[in-house]
Amino acid sequence: MSPAVRRAIALAALAGLGVALLVACLGLPDFGHPRGPYATAVIPLSLDHRHVTSAVAGVTFDIRGIDTLGEELILFSAAVGATVLLRSQRAEEDARDAIERHHELAERTPAPVRGLGAALAGPLLVLGVYIVAHGQLTPGGGFQGGVVLASAFLLVYAAGHFIRLGRVKPESLVEAAEAAGAGAYVLIALGGLVFAGAAMENFLPYGTTGELLSGGTIPVLNAAVGVEVCGAIVLILSELLDQAMLRHEDA
Amino acid sequence: MNVAPYAVAAWLLLVGIYGVVTSRHLVHLVLSLVVAQASTYVLLLAIGYRTGGRAPIFFDIPPGTPVVDPVVQALMLTDVVVEATVSAVLLALAVQAHKRFGSADPDRLGELRG
Amino acid sequence: MSVLLLVTLALVALTGTATVLVRDPARQLVVAGIFGLALAIMFFAFGAPDVALSQIAVSAVAVPVMALLTLVRFDRDDE
Repeated sequence: MSPAVRRAIALAALAGLGVALLVACLGLPDFGHPRGPYATAVIPLSLDHRHVTSAVAGVTFDIRGIDTLGEELILFSAAVGATVLLRSQRAEEDARDAIERHHELAERTPAPVRGLGAALAGPLLVLGVYIVAHGQLTPGGGFQGGVVLASAFLLVYAAGHFIRLGRVKPESLVEAAEAAGAGAYVLIALGGLVFAGAAMENFLPYGTTGELLSGGTIPVLNAAVGVEVCGAIVLILSELLDQAMLRHEDA
Repeated sequence: MNVAPYAVAAWLLLVGIYGVVTSRHLVHLVLSLVVAQASTYVLLLAIGYRTGGRAPIFFDIPPGTPVVDPVVQALMLTDVVVEATVSAVLLALAVQAHKRFGSADPDRLGELRG
Repeated sequence: MSVLLLVTLALVALTGTATVLVRDPARQLVVAGIFGLALAIMFFAFGAPDVALSQIAVSAVAVPVMALLTLVRFDRDDE
């Protein structure tokens, strides 16, 4: 069918959907008065029982921790899927061509850009680790901090430098980091089963509320998620760049 | 005025689906999908909002102050990052489709056979 | 229903419509970045700083960069 006919049918169908949605909206609870006891019951549970000051972290990693396990595995499989798709047609020459091309581009990057990138990469790493570590106290946590850490790596690449690693092949290091993060989360969930009788149950000492090491297993889970998210995003970006972002020393 | 957040959520969903249906470029399709996904965020936040409530972080406010619902925020938090990686899978599929068929137009994807 | 909430909601609806109506992908990803920023401001206004932090990081770093790299791949595969 021609695009004009398709557009007309789409507009008609979407108008019908819009009317149905609007009628449904009128049956929702009043804006500003959340119905349901879950919202108020969760807060003393996070504060007193779990000793975290961020109620959102308490819900994400303890009360609804199984959902977060599922979401993290979605992230892991999405990164693996994108990598498999992008690698299946990549020949060795493509990777070497990409690295040569980016060498030439790096030589043309102006000095202020290179200096700014090099200067900002360190503070970005520290900021990322700070956000991951304070997830149970203030807004933050593994997901946000992991993206900030990945952006530090991207900044190093955009400033014209490659991320040089040692004799280990760089893509296997990133893959290992991502898998380690996902595996650590599952192991901690199983550790609850082994040490405390129920999966995802807490088995570390709680600490005092408001300190950096409070909340039992929540800081450890945050760290695992941070490593995994950082690894996933760096892997996807380096695959899209034909692995020109990471390279190993030519021994 | 009380229906405004829900109306914005419905509008974003409709606009996003319209963008997906009438798209002529695969990357444009993926970014329209991002707009459609944002409608769920608006809807969840609108359900959980409490008038006069503050953010549910008790680091510097005394326990007992009215806060907005933390459960919907926990649902949205992981979803935002997962959406980025799922968009990456869609973009990888777009790269494969372009390599295979030579065109990034969704209308022409089935025609050319290599 | 305060003015701040209404203004941020209107901004989100406006930038969302603009993202879909811009047809050229290279321009659309910039507008998508602005849409992400408007969403993050709306999240802050609704009292959700955690989600706003996630949204800023993702929509400023991950999604536009990935879309731009895909467009570069398209151009290179055309050669």
